[in-house]
Amino acid sequence: MEDRATITDHLSTNHLMGIKQITAADINLIFKTADQFKEILSRPIKKVPSLRDITVANLFFENSTRTRISFELAEKRLGADVVNFSASSSSLKKGETLIDTVNNILAMKVDMVVMRHPNPGSCIFLSKHINVPIINAGDGAHEHPTQALLDAYSIRERHGSLKGKKVVIVGDILHSRVALSNISCLQKLGAEVMVCGPTTLMPKYITSLGVKVEHNLRNALEWCDVANMLRIQLERQEIMYFPSLREYAMMYGLTKEILDSLGKKITVMHPGPINRGVEVTSDVADSDSSIILDQVENGVAVRMAILYLLAGTIKREE
Amino acid sequence: MKSKTILDKKNFELTISRLCYELIENHGDFLNTALVGIQPRGVPFAGRIVAQLQRILGKKDLVLGNIDVTFSRDDFRRRETPLLPKSTKMDFIVENKKVVLIDDVLFTGRTVRAALDEILAYGRPAEVELLVLIDRRFSRHLPIEPNYVGSTIDTIETEKVKVEWEEIEGQDRVLVHKK
Repeated sequence: MEDRATITDHLSTNHLMGIKQITAADINLIFKTADQFKEILSRPIKKVPSLRDITVANLFFENSTRTRISFELAEKRLGADVVNFSASSSSLKKGETLIDTVNNILAMKVDMVVMRHPNPGSCIFLSKHINVPIINAGDGAHEHPTQALLDAYSIRERHGSLKGKKVVIVGDILHSRVALSNISCLQKLGAEVMVCGPTTLMPKYITSLGVKVEHNLRNALEWCDVANMLRIQLERQEIMYFPSLREYAMMYGLTKEILDSLGKKITVMHPGPINRGVEVTSDVADSDSSIILDQVENGVAVRMAILYLLAGTIKREE
Repeated sequence: MKSKTILDKKNFELTISRLCYELIENHGDFLNTALVGIQPRGVPFAGRIVAQLQRILGKKDLVLGNIDVTFSRDDFRRRETPLLPKSTKMDFIVENKKVVLIDDVLFTGRTVRAALDEILAYGRPAEVELLVLIDRRFSRHLPIEPNYVGSTIDTIETEKVKVEWEEIEGQDRVLVHKK
């Protein structure tokens, strides 16, 4: 499926900070490894012992359900031991710093860290102070590399390859780490990217990323092969960027009528959680154009691949 | 590096035929038997065995799979780069089936140990047998012995046994490389 020249036999990095820090060859290696994990997930016993001597800490300084469960399942299916940490029940409230918190956890012999944090760049900061592999599970509005990888993997699964595919990312580009990671991931794999949404939700310098910008949903859908409908992140919006959710849904919501009137079949994606009737209507989310549940399924396989490949860099103490 | 051919094309074919008849003796019509090639080099061998069995038995419905043992290996993270998996294709469940694991060379037995682990992920087989083309005897690290052997050879640890396949290397033969 991939170009042979653009695959490597090991990752060029010891951490997964963001898509920016990895190469197209790394991404292809992750995908090829994920193919095998996907097969494992279809077995009666969905578990392999590769990481049985590894302990992974999932540090979630920000709420998450899907990503945390997906990581936890991926870790457990690789045989790793897992400890979970969430900010709401931690000593951070007592004034401990991030480095102290993490070092305390690492002192208990943890080999890898998966971290979600509200501050952009927190993983990069942490990587300068600790020496275990870190996987970024979302840092503020900066990057969410595993989501971008599983999105691209799901497109590859449906369309065979990313090369030359036209992908539009619709919605709140301004607050979305998924958008930023997706743009660089898709571009590295040779896809064309367009962003679409209200002007107020477009970052000022978005064109510097080499993407097309469109404000009309219909035009964007007519152009694309794949539409990735982002969630409206009301929790990150400190002011109102659009008059009402209803108006947003009218302008940028994907309905069955629009989908049917395109005269071609496009693939509909959503990183979840869906606000049904806002970004996409229920009949679109449940239609055969939608690969939303494939994305969730692939998420575990892709995360297993990343954990497996990064764990390969940990040297066993002899 | 010196090489010595220990099995040429003619003996190669003879050996595969003999192994097939030995399998037929124990498995009869193969109704409850699954043949599983171990990735990477056991796969062409398993394909060859199945093709030959189909010719002899005149039936097409033999169950063939291939299995990759990378994730069950015991030397993960003892190498510079992570071991990368090959594909596994097991579109059947081995529950109560007789499984014949097929590999080209049996050396330390570690690959076979990993394959036994992998097989269990597909159910509890009635029994598992091992068929190899070359058995490098006296070199086992684990208590594993084959049920069907093409040829038994004595080698020292620094020697390398290479089975070449017509579909991959262009001709069927078995070589021993001496350092």
